[in-house]
Amino acid sequence: MEKQKIDVPVMADLFAKNEKPEYLFWVGSAGAFDDRYKNVVRAFVKILTHLGISYAVLGIEESSTGDVARRAGNEMLFQMQAMMNIELLNGYEVKKIITCDPHAYNTFKNEYPQFNGNYKVIHHTQFLRDQIETGNLKINSAIFAEKTITYHDPCYLGRANGEYAAPRKVLDLIPSEKKEMKRNKSKALCCGAGGGQMFKEAEKGDKEIFIERTEEALETGADIIATACPYCMTMITDGIKYKDKVEEVKNYDIAEIVSLSLEI
Amino acid sequence: MFTSIIFILILSVATVVFYRKVRKITRSIKLGKDITINDNKLLRWKRVLFIAIGQEKMLQRPVAALLHIFVYAGFIIVNIEMCEILIDGVAGTHRLFSFFGGFYGIMVSIFEFFAITVMFGCAIFLVRRNILRIKRFWNKEMTLWPRSDANIILITELLLMSAVLIMNATDSILQTKPDSHYIKVGSFMISSIIQPVFSDLPSSSLVFIERFCWWFHIVGVFAFLNYIPYSKHFHVFLSFPNVYYSKLRPAGEMANMPSITKEVKLMLEENYSDQDENSEVVTFGAKTVGDLTWKHLMDAYSCTECGRCTSVCPANITGKKLSPRKIVMDTRDNLEEIADKLFNRKSSEKDNEKNARSLFDFISAEELWACTTCNACTYECPVNIEPLAIILEMRRYLVLEESAAPGPLNNTFSNIENNGAPWQFSHEDRMEWAKDIYIHQR
Repeated sequence: MEKQKIDVPVMADLFAKNEKPEYLFWVGSAGAFDDRYKNVVRAFVKILTHLGISYAVLGIEESSTGDVARRAGNEMLFQMQAMMNIELLNGYEVKKIITCDPHAYNTFKNEYPQFNGNYKVIHHTQFLRDQIETGNLKINSAIFAEKTITYHDPCYLGRANGEYAAPRKVLDLIPSEKKEMKRNKSKALCCGAGGGQMFKEAEKGDKEIFIERTEEALETGADIIATACPYCMTMITDGIKYKDKVEEVKNYDIAEIVSLSLEI
Repeated sequence: MFTSIIFILILSVATVVFYRKVRKITRSIKLGKDITINDNKLLRWKRVLFIAIGQEKMLQRPVAALLHIFVYAGFIIVNIEMCEILIDGVAGTHRLFSFFGGFYGIMVSIFEFFAITVMFGCAIFLVRRNILRIKRFWNKEMTLWPRSDANIILITELLLMSAVLIMNATDSILQTKPDSHYIKVGSFMISSIIQPVFSDLPSSSLVFIERFCWWFHIVGVFAFLNYIPYSKHFHVFLSFPNVYYSKLRPAGEMANMPSITKEVKLMLEENYSDQDENSEVVTFGAKTVGDLTWKHLMDAYSCTECGRCTSVCPANITGKKLSPRKIVMDTRDNLEEIADKLFNRKSSEKDNEKNARSLFDFISAEELWACTTCNACTYECPVNIEPLAIILEMRRYLVLEESAAPGPLNNTFSNIENNGAPWQFSHEDRMEWAKDIYIHQR
């Protein structure tokens, strides 16, 4: 086995060389700055490299999509972010965007077109599903064979955009036991972080939402709680810590599960 | 002749009063901001067919769906009989349609069957609300009036259906009396079961009971019709247009604010000039019902307070103050209050503006900020009401007009503004994650 360093291609560099990658990989603020979540985008970049996909990231030119600002009521800030991002993306003639973040996915796909930002937007679970279906992505390893995985639907992929199948299809490829939570797919309970909640204290109540959801996930008896959203990852990881299950239960993004299974 | 006149009088009063109330509600809904919804007509009709008429979204809770179908289908079918009752009433005839012969008996028997399904549904609904006390019917916003409203509706429907059955039973007995003028159409399927209760009564009592039930039923129907617009039961009319006009785009998409686009363009683009010189000053977001769109207001009138939204709301489940149903109910209550003042000719306009309460007198910031925008409420609503849209419009008002976001969110905003991320990290460090990634290739 040969160990190779990955140089993540940056759009500005490629553009200077007159090269145009097929995909823009939108890393997102969590991918860039959240210590736990950085590992998810690193895993995904490994998969992209493994599959030989032509892609690039915006690097230091990337900026918040404005999703949080919009949902927290700051439309002014959202639209400024949107217009600046679109100017940048259109400048690079971006056609296809892949992102691991369902919030970015939703904003690009549904909200940027109103500001003249029209792209084919792909969530990483959809991308992985397509790679499986075309036969590009094959997994032989059975490192999760003894494990039970439960999948937590992110609101902005599920209810917001109706994508329940792609992440499940990817997990089906991983030899392992799968178990659904009581509330799943369109009935899935939110992790508690959307709509700006990630960045503020929760209002007074009897319980934190992330604890309610983590308890439900633990009830399945799964060893792995699979997520596909940076917010969900923070909340579920916190929930596992709160329930003192760090040793027994792991929280992985689907990209990590695939990358671990590929043993790359 | 005399009864015909009384009947026509009652019918006219009931119709006029109902018409006036409906017109008032229409005017109230039009107090909302004007938006145009006329795209994709075919898809919209399809949704009316499946979601409104076909009750597709009710099926997510099968027990409630079945009982609701009993009441809904039953009520529609039983009301076919209303045609005969109305004509009989106006013309002073009795069972005018009996010339259909044997077919008439079969039809009435079918109506009776559905009367029973309605009664069964209503009875179980009363048990679920008052004895089983299902949680969503007892949340905080379900104060005495909304709870009573539901019970009044269910009990009225039970009484109306009972009247029809008793009327039919006594009618069938009277048909067999030699001195009776009751047209012979035979016994009917369900009411024949209760006939023995009345069989020993003299003809005069039977006629009294039969006539009393006939009048009780029809006057009850008129009264009920006029009660509906004051009650949550107005969904029987509004759910159809409400589904028709409901959002087709993915649930995750938030409504755009063109008024803000103009502001942003003025800031970002040097050459941008505001061509629309007549543009009036608009409120950003929603403070009053008038800042919401007419569709949001139609949502408020279409709500039947079933509480499915609240029962799936993650904030509500974990004990926060937010209840999507309350948001919708409050919007309607505020709108009713404003409309009452506005349409009342005696009060001056100044008075109205001074005394008018805003949505924030009903809905607290604490409720609004508890929302995770997860869309569970909008997904759940059987008639496609969007409580989330109202919450977000009110948040916009708080932030854009009052700069009243919770402190930590203000920090988030300035982080995004200054360094392009919700956290306080420099954008220069945006590629730190990409250092030292190694791949193992076979």
